[in-house]
Amino acid sequence: MSAGESASVTIPLVPPRTGDPEITSELVADHGLSDDEYERICRIMGRIPTFTELGVFSAMWSEHCGYKNSKRLLQLLPTEAPWVIQGPGENAGVIDIGDGYALAFKIESHNHPSAVEPYQGAATGVGGILRDVFTMGARPIAILDSLRFGDLDSARVRYLFGGVVSGVGDYGNCVGVPNIGGEVAFDRGYEGNPIVNAMCLGLMKKEDLITASASGVGNTLMAVGARTGRDGIHGATFASEELSEESEESSRPQVQVGDPFTEKLLLEASLELISSGSITGIQDMGAAGITSSAAEMAGRAGNGVEIDVARVPVREPDMTPYEILLSESQERMLVVATKGYEGEVHRILEKWELEAEEIGEVTADGRFRVLEDGAVVADMPALPLTDGCPTYEREGIEADEVRELREMDLAEHLIPEGDLTKAFLLLLASPNVASKRWIYHQYDTTVRTSTAVRPGGDSGVIRIRGTEKAIAATTDCNGRFVYLDPRQGAMIAVAEAARNLVCSGAIPTAITNNLNFGNPLKQHIYYQFREAVLGMADACKAFETPVTGGNVSFYNETDGLAIYPTPVIGMVGIIENVSHISPQSFQSEGDDIVLLGENTAEIGGAEYLYVTAGLVAGFPPRVDLTHERQLQRAVLTMIQEKELRSAHDCSEGGLACTLAECALGDGEAPFGVNVVLDDALPPVATLFAESQGRIVVSCAPDRTENVIRLAMDHGVPARKIGTVGGREESFHVTAVSGQIETDLTSLHQAYFGALPAIMNTPVSSEK
Amino acid sequence: MRVGVVTFPGSNCDYDLYKAAQQIGAKVEFIWHRQKNLDGYDALMLPGGFSYGDYLRAGAIARISPVMEDIIGFAENGGPVLGICNGFQILCEAGLLPGSLVRNASLRFESKDIHVLVEQTDTPFTSEYQKGQILRMPIAHGEGNYEADDQLLEELEAEGRVVFRYVSSDGELSEEANPNGSKNSIAGLSNKSGNVLGMMPHPERAMEEILGSIDGVGVFLSLATNLSTVVL
Repeated sequence: MSAGESASVTIPLVPPRTGDPEITSELVADHGLSDDEYERICRIMGRIPTFTELGVFSAMWSEHCGYKNSKRLLQLLPTEAPWVIQGPGENAGVIDIGDGYALAFKIESHNHPSAVEPYQGAATGVGGILRDVFTMGARPIAILDSLRFGDLDSARVRYLFGGVVSGVGDYGNCVGVPNIGGEVAFDRGYEGNPIVNAMCLGLMKKEDLITASASGVGNTLMAVGARTGRDGIHGATFASEELSEESEESSRPQVQVGDPFTEKLLLEASLELISSGSITGIQDMGAAGITSSAAEMAGRAGNGVEIDVARVPVREPDMTPYEILLSESQERMLVVATKGYEGEVHRILEKWELEAEEIGEVTADGRFRVLEDGAVVADMPALPLTDGCPTYEREGIEADEVRELREMDLAEHLIPEGDLTKAFLLLLASPNVASKRWIYHQYDTTVRTSTAVRPGGDSGVIRIRGTEKAIAATTDCNGRFVYLDPRQGAMIAVAEAARNLVCSGAIPTAITNNLNFGNPLKQHIYYQFREAVLGMADACKAFETPVTGGNVSFYNETDGLAIYPTPVIGMVGIIENVSHISPQSFQSEGDDIVLLGENTAEIGGAEYLYVTAGLVAGFPPRVDLTHERQLQRAVLTMIQEKELRSAHDCSEGGLACTLAECALGDGEAPFGVNVVLDDALPPVATLFAESQGRIVVSCAPDRTENVIRLAMDHGVPARKIGTVGGREESFHVTAVSGQIETDLTSLHQAYFGALPAIMNTPVSSEK
Repeated sequence: MRVGVVTFPGSNCDYDLYKAAQQIGAKVEFIWHRQKNLDGYDALMLPGGFSYGDYLRAGAIARISPVMEDIIGFAENGGPVLGICNGFQILCEAGLLPGSLVRNASLRFESKDIHVLVEQTDTPFTSEYQKGQILRMPIAHGEGNYEADDQLLEELEAEGRVVFRYVSSDGELSEEANPNGSKNSIAGLSNKSGNVLGMMPHPERAMEEILGSIDGVGVFLSLATNLSTVVL
């Protein structure tokens, strides 16, 4: 009788491995497990776990892998639609985009590693998300990055920012995937904890879709790609803790090192493996390495796995089973080869100069069994590793200081202290508004020759060769709005993402989200999380944009201070015909400028307050989902009927900054602007408030009447506010009792000069 | 017309180059870097990317790939060879073109549209352009800073081997228009006999209006025209 058969009737005893530490309550606590959780593990095991087994449970039940504090709320998000092929739970979500093609996409965070080692932290973040996409059978076609840092007046923040940008750039550039957009924000709220989220889109023929499941009893498990080392051991657990002063030194060994060259080979080899038909499943060895990839693949198929760690190719001698199982060395995959096709797998891997090794097999007994040179070192039921993780719903209470900030009287700030033009140029030069060219000029944006809209616009656009279609993608979240009112802020994030897509001519289609929050065990953080998820759920339903996956990143705190709650929305949309692709900048002198939507006095949370008074306060602007929906439909209709020359979403910096962006374009040939705004509002509000539901469009003068009529037909307020001026004219925006007037050279300098000037000053890794 | 696109581990513009050559009607094939026989090709192209990760020095390992010997033979027999970006770096490392490409003066990866002036139209890759024509196309590289000693630069200039030079959109030479600090603003150059061209900008990314420019088409069209003349 084999060990596998006896396992179903008796509890398999596994003797302690020589040299492994004894299980004590301190050791359990060090593994991030509560007493209750440990008891639960003992019940599942029917005995005390070995050190190796404890490590496996700790990783699988960490927040990062187990979603224990988020799972219940995440179930409130809409995940289904006729076009969704694969919803949450796989390496990436997949949607049907027609013409026989499917799009895989996903966003993921690498916040903690980037706080400790910005270059490698960010680079490996990109590597991980690429693998999530190509393991679905899709070729990566675009990257976006969503970044947050503290204020750039700190040399340390400049060091983090510069390092992250090079890391994101170098990795994607080397693999050869264009970066088509994203966002970056700077605010003291992210000082100790930068946010580094990377999103990837991949394209495949629908029939090439493969899932990460260990199906077919007797099939062979193979470790493919880089060798396993001691780097990143317990990264998943590390990601589930707060950072402290000591973290930087003590945690550095938990940050992995990226090798984009191996990644590129792995990408080509994986796609060739999938199309060869010799494998039944493939998964990245990401967080918690072999452990999570094997357990998750077994869990999805309802099977067991048996792995002999002595057969895993390692790059350091004397690695223990514990270390091999929990290593997060990069650029590795777990492949399930159909029995008898192992030779084919080897042949393909050899062509790409990569290693592949048979390390185990799929079993029928539902056990997660680990051997070391034939001797059992761990034997546990597989399903509880993925499905048995306890989930919690906690009490959430809003922090008093946030309520006070929100209810602050902002009336005095509506009266400008001095010149409006001066305030405007200051705002335009704020790193939150100014051109991000310094960043994306370090990213290859045109490789693969399909980028129709590069970074710098409302969304990035990739045409789909061989079809008439294109795909637009964007990432959005204003953390200040979410901080001041989590429910409203999350709704705004979804609405803005959809608006951005629509302005490029796309129909918003689906979402991947990256929920970056502080420590969920704190009541005020849990409150933020719950409210944000509820707001997101409402908005996703309103826009019919289901969530197909994503990532939760908790514990973004340093020395007890949490980041602003930052639920980043990564949204993709379909452009039915490439002729619908619409630019954000003005195209022709003499065109009319039309404002869709209404200006309001809602200055709360605006960049203007931060720049002029250092304030993050007030009620964030209200978002009316019905109005947003109508506005978006109206703009799409106008674009599809070729009524418009440009469309641009109104966001950070308000209407004045939006008009400046429309006028400046890529900076090569800016247009003048003559706009008169007759709103009965203080000029600060008219010009700088970040009221929702507004889009600035331009059109040939003989189309203006049509544009306004189309807007009215959709129930959207619209009015002509001015005209596009010549290249020799000025930027002139007049509000009731106040105006902005500046020449185009100053406008250009403020917008394009700001970030390079800041980043030419010295950086420092010192705190 | 049969064109071979040479692919090294880490090449990532191979597919783009394939599509560009195909667009002007060439029969295109990928040549894996271990292939030993290059008989029957009318032209060879070395794509951009990061061959072997470029961890040592851009192009330094690709130079010793099995296929290089045959590429050198092909070039010495007068066969047209085009190296773009990493391909240019490999051609320099392999000694088919003089000088070297070092880290950009900014010390950063530079990815944007630039302008180049066409200075030579007597190569198989530029005959369809006019002398003095200004082209717009993307660059995307970290090591594109052309470096050569004064004697070599004088020689290159005297022999008219600078094929493309970085200029502003209105054709002016300036430090601002030079994206990587290249000596004499050199963006592309040829060997003595003119059949080998190396360039940092990406003409294969400027082949369609939807990509922002069609100024790169001339490179491939020139080759097609020249090869059809040879055959006739």
